[in-house]
Amino acid sequence: MNQPVPVPHIIVKDLTMAYGDFVLQRDMNFVVNRGDIFIIMGGSGCGKTTLMRHLVGLKEPARGQVFYGEVSFWESDKEEQERIMRQIGILYQSGALWSSMTLAENIALPLREYTDLNEAAIREIASLKLSLVGLKGFEDFYPSEISGGMRKRAGLARAMALDPEILFFDELSAGLDPISARLLDDLVLEIRESLGSTIVVVTHELASIFAIGNNSIYLDAEAKTIIARGNPRKLLEESQNPIVRRFLTRGEQKV
Amino acid sequence: MKNANFENAGRGELNLSQPTHDALLISFSGSWKMGNALPPAEKVIEGMEASSTIRRIAFDTQNLTGWDSGLLAFLIKVIDQCSQRTLMVDKTGLPHGVQRLLALASAVPERAGARKETTQEPFLSRVGTATIELGRSLPEVLAFIGEAFMAFLKLFTGKARFQRQDLWVILQQTGVQALPIVSLISLLVGLILAFVGAVQLRMFGAQIYVADLVGIGMVRVLGAVMTGVIMAGRTGAAFAGELGTMQVNEEIDALRTLGIPPMEFLVLPRMLALMLMMPLLCLYADLMGLLGGLIVGVGMLNLNLMEYINETQSAVTLTNLWIGIFHGGVFGVLVALSGCLRGMQCGRSASAVGQATTSAVVTGIVCIVIATAIITLICEVLGI
Repeated sequence: MNQPVPVPHIIVKDLTMAYGDFVLQRDMNFVVNRGDIFIIMGGSGCGKTTLMRHLVGLKEPARGQVFYGEVSFWESDKEEQERIMRQIGILYQSGALWSSMTLAENIALPLREYTDLNEAAIREIASLKLSLVGLKGFEDFYPSEISGGMRKRAGLARAMALDPEILFFDELSAGLDPISARLLDDLVLEIRESLGSTIVVVTHELASIFAIGNNSIYLDAEAKTIIARGNPRKLLEESQNPIVRRFLTRGEQKV
Repeated sequence: MKNANFENAGRGELNLSQPTHDALLISFSGSWKMGNALPPAEKVIEGMEASSTIRRIAFDTQNLTGWDSGLLAFLIKVIDQCSQRTLMVDKTGLPHGVQRLLALASAVPERAGARKETTQEPFLSRVGTATIELGRSLPEVLAFIGEAFMAFLKLFTGKARFQRQDLWVILQQTGVQALPIVSLISLLVGLILAFVGAVQLRMFGAQIYVADLVGIGMVRVLGAVMTGVIMAGRTGAAFAGELGTMQVNEEIDALRTLGIPPMEFLVLPRMLALMLMMPLLCLYADLMGLLGGLIVGVGMLNLNLMEYINETQSAVTLTNLWIGIFHGGVFGVLVALSGCLRGMQCGRSASAVGQATTSAVVTGIVCIVIATAIITLICEVLGI
């Protein structure tokens, strides 16, 4: 089968992340291609979520640049930044659904803000998104009335509200039972196949990493930079780095 | 450049045709995206109804330049109508991605009974429900007061479980940090009282009695009431917000499951702090109020400073002071109770925290006014 030529979608150049004087990760360089399911992995506290916050425009890098296509995000003006952020959908760690709104209203809010659809059309799209994540009929439920797994899926539906080109998932399957986690993985693959979205996943769930990822980087808290990259399944077979091997084999292969 | 063309296209077009007598072919063209001008699904339904021989629906998307959820929502409506009319739907003409998403959307059937029914309740039944709710909330309030009382009993036997440093922090927040706002408000209330009194008393040449008016008014009731209202808005709201957020984050559940009663750990230090600080703040407010009166008396009415002080001293008896401080202590209990009660009752959403804070302030102020009325009445009956 012919592999399509990869088109870079997000390019990270010499990115250094820091909280004040404390440097979390330095000199990171990587490229996320269009249609990738790109995994950001690493042990707890290595800065995975912080990296995601840098990519989606919530935190300014200490040094370095993030390019969306040709445009450098942090060097653009406010309008350009907002335009880029509108092409991004984000699923936060705990769903981050607005608790005082029903599921349908949660999805409707971005639609109401950024499209000129009428109320009936917004309602239809909200129902559609909910049925895509398997929550048909739960439109009028509040986030506090549904289970954690359902909240995660509803968060996914909200992330997809504006048909974004890029989806970010923070801890996609953390806190879910294995079967729900698997279903969510399948859902992500399905979305990538049908919509052709670029997907960036922050996770340390091995099952997920191998099931969906086709490219990845490994952040190390000690080295303070990327110490491995590539398809996670290939990394498992080929990586010589003892830290990466231990991570990918759940510590079963001693250094 | 390509993108610009897409956005300029801006329209989705629809064309219906009947290639055979039993089939309806829907041809899509242009850009079918959310926010573009899209034809309504009713057009297709009309097409279905126009001919009674149609048994099959097919799609042609060769001229489709772009699609997103706008197309999906349209198709779902059409397919819904088709299944109601038992028409066959042939999805092979659709783009691959659309077919997969349609399959995904119908993969999980709607859970029976999940959908909520929205019914408009009649006015009388709403009033009835609200009344019943009110009746139900009364035991809850009484239980809370009882539990708080038990916590205090434990405090006196030295068995209450809370962290001493929490108490110090809360004492600081409710005491020292409230001084600026209490100073400002009570000084101004003293000034206003003196002004209003001066206008009337000057008519009789009895300006000197401004000292009596301000002294007794501030020390006996107003100092305490003003402090109480300030603290209800400031500290009562803070208590409710804090405890409410802890309720939302399951922090209170975490305390309960550890066997630490939240009543002792959270509510007790807050009530204790406010009960200790309110009389002191009240005393301070009295002083600031007197100062306000003095400024008007000496500055505007040209009274002699010593004369004013002497008049105040002779008017304000120690009984007045004790009554004022008693007010303060009672208000402290009421504000702390209403703040903590609403915080603990808080629901599990962001807006519930807002409601809890609002309700804490309202309850606090209502309680303060009612308590003032009752204490004044009792003093009247007892003749003090």
